[in-house]
Amino acid sequence: MGDATLSRVNDTRDLRERLAVLRGPDVAPRAMDARALAALAANPGCRRRALMDAAGVDKGAVAQALGSPAPFGQSQFAFARGHAFEARVKAEGYAELLRLLHAEQSEAAVPDLSAPGPEGRVARTRIALEEATAAGRWALLDHPLLKLDVAGSPAYLEPDAVAVRPDGSWMVVEVKSFPILDGSADSVKVGAAARQAAVYVLALERLGVGQPSHEVLLVCPKDFSNLPTAQLVDVRKQLSVTRRQLARLTRIEEIAAALPDGTTFDPRQADEGRLHEAVESVPAAYAPECLATCELAFHCRDRARGCGAVETLGRGVRGELGSLTTVEQVLAAALGEAGDPADPAVDALRRAAELRAEALQCR
Amino acid sequence: MTTAPGTAASEAASTATARILHDTLHGTARGVVVDSPPGAGKSTLVVRAAQELVAAGESLMVVAQTNAQVDDLADRLATADPGLPIGRLHGSDSPPDPLLDGHPSILKSTKAADLAGQKVVIATAAKWAYVKDVERWRHAIVDEAYQMRSDSLLQVAGLFERALFVGDPGQLDPFSVVGADQWAGLSYDPSASAVVTLLAHNPGLPQHRLPVSWRLPASAAPLISDAFYPYTPFRSGTDHGDRRLTFGVPCDGTGPDRVLDEAAASGWGLLELPARHTPRTDPEAVRAIALVVRRLLDRGGVAVSERGTSPLTPDRIAVGTAHRDQAAAVRAALAALGVTGVAVDTANRLQGREFDVTVVLHPLSGRPDATAFHLETGRLCVLASRHRHACIVVCRAGVAELLDEHPSTEPVQLGVTVKFPDGWEANHAVLGRLAEHRVRWAP
Amino acid sequence: MSLISTLARAEAVAAGRAAPMATVRHRHLARQPMVLVPLTTAGEVGAPLGALVGTVREEPRLLVVPQPRDRDLRFAFLAELAGAVLPYLESYADEVEIEPATRAREEAEVCADAPQLIVPNSAAVAYVRLLGRSTRFRRTAEEDPDTPFPVPARVPLLGRWLTHYGERARTPGSSLLLAMTDLLTRHWATGQSNLEDQHLGALLAWIDPPDGMTGPSAARRAESARGADGLLLCPPAGPATDPAFDNTRLAPAMKRYDAARDSAAEQAIRELVASQLRPTWDAVWHGLDLLDALPSGGHVEERWKRDRWSYTGHRDRVRAGEPPQPRRDDAIAAAAKLAGRETAQVRLEAGEALDDPLVMAGRRLAGEAFAGEVAEVEMAYSEGKIPKPRPLVTVLTGDRPHLDPDGKLFRALPGGKTQGGVFAGWAGPGAAVVRLVNGMGRGREPEPGSVPEKGDRVCWTLFEHAPRGGAELPDPEDTPWTHGGPPATAGADGPDPVTPEDVL
Repeated sequence: MGDATLSRVNDTRDLRERLAVLRGPDVAPRAMDARALAALAANPGCRRRALMDAAGVDKGAVAQALGSPAPFGQSQFAFARGHAFEARVKAEGYAELLRLLHAEQSEAAVPDLSAPGPEGRVARTRIALEEATAAGRWALLDHPLLKLDVAGSPAYLEPDAVAVRPDGSWMVVEVKSFPILDGSADSVKVGAAARQAAVYVLALERLGVGQPSHEVLLVCPKDFSNLPTAQLVDVRKQLSVTRRQLARLTRIEEIAAALPDGTTFDPRQADEGRLHEAVESVPAAYAPECLATCELAFHCRDRARGCGAVETLGRGVRGELGSLTTVEQVLAAALGEAGDPADPAVDALRRAAELRAEALQCR
Repeated sequence: MTTAPGTAASEAASTATARILHDTLHGTARGVVVDSPPGAGKSTLVVRAAQELVAAGESLMVVAQTNAQVDDLADRLATADPGLPIGRLHGSDSPPDPLLDGHPSILKSTKAADLAGQKVVIATAAKWAYVKDVERWRHAIVDEAYQMRSDSLLQVAGLFERALFVGDPGQLDPFSVVGADQWAGLSYDPSASAVVTLLAHNPGLPQHRLPVSWRLPASAAPLISDAFYPYTPFRSGTDHGDRRLTFGVPCDGTGPDRVLDEAAASGWGLLELPARHTPRTDPEAVRAIALVVRRLLDRGGVAVSERGTSPLTPDRIAVGTAHRDQAAAVRAALAALGVTGVAVDTANRLQGREFDVTVVLHPLSGRPDATAFHLETGRLCVLASRHRHACIVVCRAGVAELLDEHPSTEPVQLGVTVKFPDGWEANHAVLGRLAEHRVRWAP
Repeated sequence: MSLISTLARAEAVAAGRAAPMATVRHRHLARQPMVLVPLTTAGEVGAPLGALVGTVREEPRLLVVPQPRDRDLRFAFLAELAGAVLPYLESYADEVEIEPATRAREEAEVCADAPQLIVPNSAAVAYVRLLGRSTRFRRTAEEDPDTPFPVPARVPLLGRWLTHYGERARTPGSSLLLAMTDLLTRHWATGQSNLEDQHLGALLAWIDPPDGMTGPSAARRAESARGADGLLLCPPAGPATDPAFDNTRLAPAMKRYDAARDSAAEQAIRELVASQLRPTWDAVWHGLDLLDALPSGGHVEERWKRDRWSYTGHRDRVRAGEPPQPRRDDAIAAAAKLAGRETAQVRLEAGEALDDPLVMAGRRLAGEAFAGEVAEVEMAYSEGKIPKPRPLVTVLTGDRPHLDPDGKLFRALPGGKTQGGVFAGWAGPGAAVVRLVNGMGRGREPEPGSVPEKGDRVCWTLFEHAPRGGAELPDPEDTPWTHGGPPATAGADGPDPVTPEDVL
């Protein structure tokens, strides 16, 4: 092995070890799955999240230990429903899925992808893909396993299915249980599904043995029934975003390097005070949008509110305020108690306060 | 032996024009779509198409989106062909530009019936929407069709049998201030662009593009084409060296002068102020723009091009911004420096206009984050494609980081074709290029 | 978000309670609105779990589906809902006013009042639309004896009304179907973000915190405080339920019901669902109390009249036996709706600003209006054979409107009319000159009172007050080739195919 390669391998191992220390040496890493990878794009400016996700820290446990538990939870009804719908799609020899792929006339091969352990399954998937691509007929890979390197650790990704067409091209299939009603679906959910599917497409690309289509097949219940229907979703934009975000993960090293020695996010090792310090040592980028997507959001919100950060009022609020970053500064500027009158934001706030006062006095 | 680029460009443009006119006059399809990048000669094409249709014995109606566009077309057509009877149809609240009074061939009226005898009748889409009970025209030309909203086309399409649709796909899209999501994905989404709807229902229509920008210099065309016109690339009509910008007064060493020199030499300049989060009307950036314009005028600029040599006068310079209040602030700053006659406007209002040198306040300058409005490709495209010689962008440092940290959590509507170019990618590409011509300056 | 609302939110943070965003109420509130609080199952999107519905705060009617996967129980729920809602909706159908003929139309009748539905939040509004969509195409046994799974009588009619109300809710300023979160956020600014305002409990906590608590602490409690049983003290306003409730209470109870199918098991589920619904029901009525305390804005009745027209129109279509609303709008219908809503939006924004100095303050800050004292009035006349008055009024203002030369300006006159003006330049810093162009009568001299006098306070807006509707659209059968030509099937949409595993 050349020096450069050795150095790179060492760096990777160093990073992995460093991250393991942060997570807690006895703590198993939370699996980085496609949803988590896609979520990297949700708030790329947040180093706290980036670091903790890369290290596989259980953010929910940390939030709980800090006294700000997240409200997330999944209803068992929703879980059962998702399971039941996917079973429906794959029932009777994948009949519905083949119909949706317009492959019902053909016979599709369904290779066995089972193998011991994730590495085994990844290898088995790869072989199956290679064979199917060369075979010149339809093939369906049910829950294949793909691997993507993320910040020195492997992330194992499991698409619902990958279809191989007779021409050798591949298509990712995502099965979701929200409905497609009269041809349209909840655009927020479709967006999330597209970002998740793009991660799978990227992983397939990196195998280097075939060409995944940049369209994925989104399979959903039709209208109010349990019958599956499907639509193609072009994920080129989501692919560019995912590639960019994965490339940015290299900065995890820098973020980790900036932490004081002995920092750990392990709730079993650190008491609340130490844990609090550890979390504070990595800057966050809180916005109200975090509340729906990140387990630490309540904690970060409390801190942001404690500082009076204007972002607590809304992500878009900062844009108009320029250098005024706290609620206190905003109010002081508005009341004429502080702030440079030559600053257009200060001037506008003063006028706004006068106008409001004038209007409220009228009544 | 290679032909000079200018000649090759002219040939490409002529060939394209010939094909377009052929389809318009002799084609069997009901519509012809022409993508016209900035400065590609769209108005010339429209005038020519109108003349050829009349020469072939047809009468036609012309639809444009604003009164200014209508008056401009009427003026050009009457100038190109003083004998051609033209009708200018207008609303009672919108008298046409007095400029048209100089053309005896232009008849003006608020009633379509009065203009029945004119070979070419021109009006805005909004006015045409009220026209009823007239015999259908066999031909129409729809100008700025990409900026026209689908419902606007719906209101006028019954007036003609076939039409030539011309527009710039890279500029600002039509929009609605009320939500229209419930129709997203429908082929006739009323808030979508007219061309998108037209092609969704008539996919076989001949689509052409004008392949040459006669406006953008060789230093700009490749960037604008790659960043904003991925499906309809174009080239510059001139080559490096065909256009030159020189200053009579030497550089005084300040940031504004240095960036002017950079822009004169390479066609682009980025005057980069220190990173800071500022309100939209960032006083330092506004002042920087005013200084750049002041120096442009004071340094005795001379523009040499295929059109000849001319001094750089205020009417050949424009300042472009994203917001009205930014434009107002720049106007005030210019007035304070004694500068008059320079156009200062938002991207919306600069659409369709051309200058020798433009100075642009980058839409993302000083912002803590990007929003869909600021990332909109049409806005940046318009701002970066108004110039014949050089474009100077004033921007605070930090935009690259802002782009990097931009969250991507957009919703996805099923059934809607994904639109390229992507705002993020286009901004990134432009910023990357501008960085090669960066002059850092702390005011 | 506008700067003035950011400032209001900042004020709320400082005060520990919500700050006013309006001095009047900008939406009509019925004397007797019907409140509907729906809950759905997390499993099947759309499958109803239960609802509270009624027009009297103390008498909510509880509807529960003990096993949402059971079609018969679902249909029973829909029948009960129809039984509760349709009589209310129909009770306004008969009392009418006669509207005299105008240039545009003949004499017509419009209902003197209209029913109003209030739901907790915008997700509930979306659910009303979903219910409407799922039920309006279903067949009853009466209509179609051969239909495999007939719905009870009147359910398709309920669907049509819910669809009409759900669609009307998209028109800016309409008040037929309203979400309480939208109503409250229109009138108050909390010290949190708009996203957090969608939580009805937290929103109310800011606006009217309980004694002894501040807005933020009460809001925090509403969002996340859980009892010893692990359930939220303030259950979600729905239609989605709290997963902890689903997992620890509802699932076991449903299992028992599935096993036994007796009234005791059913009663247990009813009580559980009621426990999740009642606090939201109370919250909606609490919100109505708070809104009632505000005086009604001047243009509210005019907008409510348009809502009454909308109600009357649908009443007539039902009476005429017209088919249910199609699944998809055709090109003309879509364009007509978009145009109508854009006009309504302009009208609404203008009306709210003219009714409420606090709203006008926002427009003034944005440069879309300016107010001040008249410094000078100079008489002038138009040129031409019959000179008309065109006086020049100079207004001293501290506002900074974005005025273009010859830009159009508008002024509200007492009596509801609008006077037009044209910007004629700045006479000096802060001195805007406006040339009046109408509203002064027909004579050579302006009618008394139609021209402001020196010392008067005036407010000019850059936005118009009463936009005209746009040009007419072609009939659907004249849809042009650019938009696909006339729609293929002119007939009514048929029912959805029924499958054994339908959810709604």
